[in-house]
Amino acid sequence: MSVLDPTARRVPPLGGFNVTVLTIELRRLLRNRRTIIFTLIMPVLLYLIIGSNASYANDREGSGNVSAYILISMAAYGAVLAATSGGAMVANERALGWSRQLRLTPLSPVAYILTKALVSLLLGLASVLAVNVVGVINGKAEMPTHVWIAAGLIAWLGSIVFSAFGLFMGYLLPSENVMQVLGPVLAGLAALGGLWFPIEPGTVLGHISACTPIYGLAYLARWPLYGGAPHLVWVLNLLFWLVVFVGGAAWRMSKDTARV
Amino acid sequence: MTTSAPEHLGSGGDAGTLAAVSLTGVTKDFGAVHAVRGIDLTIRPGEVVAFLGPNGAGKTTTIDMILGLSAPTTGEVRVLGLEPREAIARGLVSAVMQTGGLLKDLTVRETVEYTASLFADTRPVEEVLANAGITGIADRLVQKCSGGEQQRLRFAMALLSDPALLLLDEPTTGMDVEGRRAFWSSIRTDAERGRTVLFATHYLEEADQYADRIVLVSHGRIVADGTGSEIKALASGRTVRATLAAADTEALAALAGVDGVEVRGDSVLVHTKDSDAVARYLLNETDARDLEITAKGLEEAFINLTGDHAEGGDQ
Repeated sequence: MSVLDPTARRVPPLGGFNVTVLTIELRRLLRNRRTIIFTLIMPVLLYLIIGSNASYANDREGSGNVSAYILISMAAYGAVLAATSGGAMVANERALGWSRQLRLTPLSPVAYILTKALVSLLLGLASVLAVNVVGVINGKAEMPTHVWIAAGLIAWLGSIVFSAFGLFMGYLLPSENVMQVLGPVLAGLAALGGLWFPIEPGTVLGHISACTPIYGLAYLARWPLYGGAPHLVWVLNLLFWLVVFVGGAAWRMSKDTARV
Repeated sequence: MTTSAPEHLGSGGDAGTLAAVSLTGVTKDFGAVHAVRGIDLTIRPGEVVAFLGPNGAGKTTTIDMILGLSAPTTGEVRVLGLEPREAIARGLVSAVMQTGGLLKDLTVRETVEYTASLFADTRPVEEVLANAGITGIADRLVQKCSGGEQQRLRFAMALLSDPALLLLDEPTTGMDVEGRRAFWSSIRTDAERGRTVLFATHYLEEADQYADRIVLVSHGRIVADGTGSEIKALASGRTVRATLAAADTEALAALAGVDGVEVRGDSVLVHTKDSDAVARYLLNETDARDLEITAKGLEEAFINLTGDHAEGGDQ
């Protein structure tokens, strides 16, 4: 073998961000049975159980029917679960010392977070697609095609708030099974945010609901079903929690890299 | 700084080439805890250096700073002339930790591929798997691998980028005699190509057998630095104890062969390679009485050098 020449060494482009890592991360995620059940199968089952009965299919709601309303809600719920699990993978990786191992490679913290965010968004997309594809095949939900597409896109892209939430919690709770804690928390937040059942605006519960993190995403995702202008409070809610969770994740991460 | 002068025993000077590792006046505090209290150290390319000291001596903290995992409170750390993070980004530095650092739900091959993809240049994955002897288990999940197999995987990952500096934390813990011999022979081969190896250990014997040079750390300072035989020479000395009020420690320390002087109440203890000279001085020049001379073992020398009384005395 040749003699080592330190001066010939290069730095990888993009801080080490690359497709190989993304592919392996996705494969790893799909290998995890618990992740698949909670993020892909459960929202689909919830839609089939709650949303696709005959009376909901006959009741009109906005430009579609109640089944469509529930389909959008379950797609949003799936996206939230998927994005959170994707982000929360850092908890597991920190607990196992993998984050420290990665700090001994050229991978930059920004590239690492970007990879995690992309993986969680891809899982969120898979979850939204699963609910929607089953909804189309099942045939109970009715809404105009553009509503179908817009609602799916909003549910998916809005879930980036929960990628940040997952990352924040992942850095806050260094445990191998952080989703066991976050799963029930998200179910509660989904109820408060109006994903399980409609919450009357203007009531005490309505005011509380408007302050919780899933509220903005839930109403924005269902907004294409009704049309008109989105309420400012939905957008503000989404942006507020995005700033809180991104800020929290960045704060915990900077603490973490100070001494891994 | 008020550090007690470490015992420089030869090697450690700058040969003119770029140092593999260079620490200048490095300290590290964690709040009120002074983990590292002033380390100056230069390691030349191709050296195999043992970082020897008891737990809590500051070994891990120092290694973390060389790896750029933490920044020194004061002083400067350079790896091959670069900032530690720069050296890491170029794949010049690798480390093998004793535990952890692996994802359980990846296969062995995925782990190596993942790691390889993060570097600008690496050796081929298949070659690295073969050299580490883990081709046969490449498709096995990491969680199904034995401790020994996981350790081989860690080495495979560390050697992917063909690092110029390799840091090892207690590298042969858990290895059998045969595995240990094979491990060190491969480390030696790489060192001849110019790879520098710094390994932390708290076993004097391992340091003595496998390192070109032993750096002994205690309480965040280097207390001795030399070849194995030079360190062992410290152990060949004796301890002279005598009852003597108000001993002139400076005069004692200035005697030829004296490694250290301690005062414990009315007793003075002198660690020396020439016990006759110390005894002669104490009996002829001072009021010392009850003089005793005892031989030191290797372990005792280690304890003497790393124990509390080796402190410089600023706390």
